[in-house]
Amino acid sequence: MRALLSIFIVAILIIADLRFNSLDGTRSVLNNLAAPIYWLADTPTRIFAWSDTNIRSRSELLEDNDKLRTKNLLLSGRSQQIAALMAENTRLRALLNSTALLRNDVLVAELIGVSPDPVRHQMILNKGVVDGVYVGQALIDEEGLLGQVVEVSEMSSRVLLITDATHAIPVQVNRNGVRAIAEGTGALGFLEVHHVAATTDIEEGDLLVSSGLGGRFPVGYPVAVVSKVVRDPGRAFTLVEASPVAALDRSRHVLLIFAEPQNRTP
Amino acid sequence: MGGHEQHSYWVILLTFFLAIILALVPLPVWMLWARPEWLALVLIYWTIALPHRVGIFTGLILGVTLDVLEGATLGQNAFSLTVVAFLTLILYQRMRVTNLWQQAAMVFLLVGINQLICQWIQNLQGVAAETSLFLLPAISSALLWPMILHALRALRRHYEVN
Repeated sequence: MRALLSIFIVAILIIADLRFNSLDGTRSVLNNLAAPIYWLADTPTRIFAWSDTNIRSRSELLEDNDKLRTKNLLLSGRSQQIAALMAENTRLRALLNSTALLRNDVLVAELIGVSPDPVRHQMILNKGVVDGVYVGQALIDEEGLLGQVVEVSEMSSRVLLITDATHAIPVQVNRNGVRAIAEGTGALGFLEVHHVAATTDIEEGDLLVSSGLGGRFPVGYPVAVVSKVVRDPGRAFTLVEASPVAALDRSRHVLLIFAEPQNRTP
Repeated sequence: MGGHEQHSYWVILLTFFLAIILALVPLPVWMLWARPEWLALVLIYWTIALPHRVGIFTGLILGVTLDVLEGATLGQNAFSLTVVAFLTLILYQRMRVTNLWQQAAMVFLLVGINQLICQWIQNLQGVAAETSLFLLPAISSALLWPMILHALRALRRHYEVN
């Protein structure tokens, strides 16, 4: 009797969640309880991270310092050109009669949990509604695009990574602007680029950046590098695989991007 | 006596809470697939030990909790843990008298069923695993069973939970 009742309840839950998405509100309320539990489960990792930063030898610190100095020099060298390039970009855009791309604001968030289920590529962040996080917001790490926010609660949010089997992102080849859609496969190592015609100019090593089509992701963030192109006459489309540039399984600090509405020329 | 009852309830709740934390602790990538089903193990133990107290509804509530925390389809773990509790309730008299490794074999089957149900519901959502690796937790859970049994039994006897 109890078993029947339970199965009945469970069936209603599954159908309500999968078919009608009618439990999203309940879920975001319940997720408020989830944040502290994830925080607790994350404690061992935090202790390791703490000891990693606090228990280090002087020589290691000096070495790190040197490395960072070099990197800083490189980056500031490069950013000198950026001012000139931006000015040039603005001039060219004015020539083309399209409005300037606005810079995006970012918010640093920290990872407090990852989905324990290996087929679900999700992460929990320590920023929520209070910090202005919204569903659909894109996030990046220092290398490239990571994914998007799918659920927000007061103090935390849940993020879907670009490699999740249910995720797809519109991209374009940085070299020539060819558009495509990169879908997650459920494996951390690669994305599949679907429906690429046999004659399309796409090669191994091409950088795929977000195209901004679809209005979800901001334009121009690196997504993946094409790792495999197979042109098989027996197939309708070229088989293209790409490996994500973001450190999907290693990033601990990520940036949430606040995309401002962009007017693009039609 | 009343105060004592209250006290013993806390032991059960605490073990479930710890199991939930262990189910969420981040693991290195190579260990992800083999994560033992802590919650199922603890649920099986308490169902065998106290079938009049812990059972199907406990499984249901724990399952919904885990679903919310994991971000899974609501009802996925609720369904699988309900079934695990149901089967354990049928089997508990048999499991009490068999030896440790036969128990572990039954745990292997129970957690295996748990995994199959989870996989089946994930299939409905289209995020199913493409390998059979999702059955690994059945093995790791069965190997952990002796430890769980001894630890929880010691806890139960010490706090006289019944």
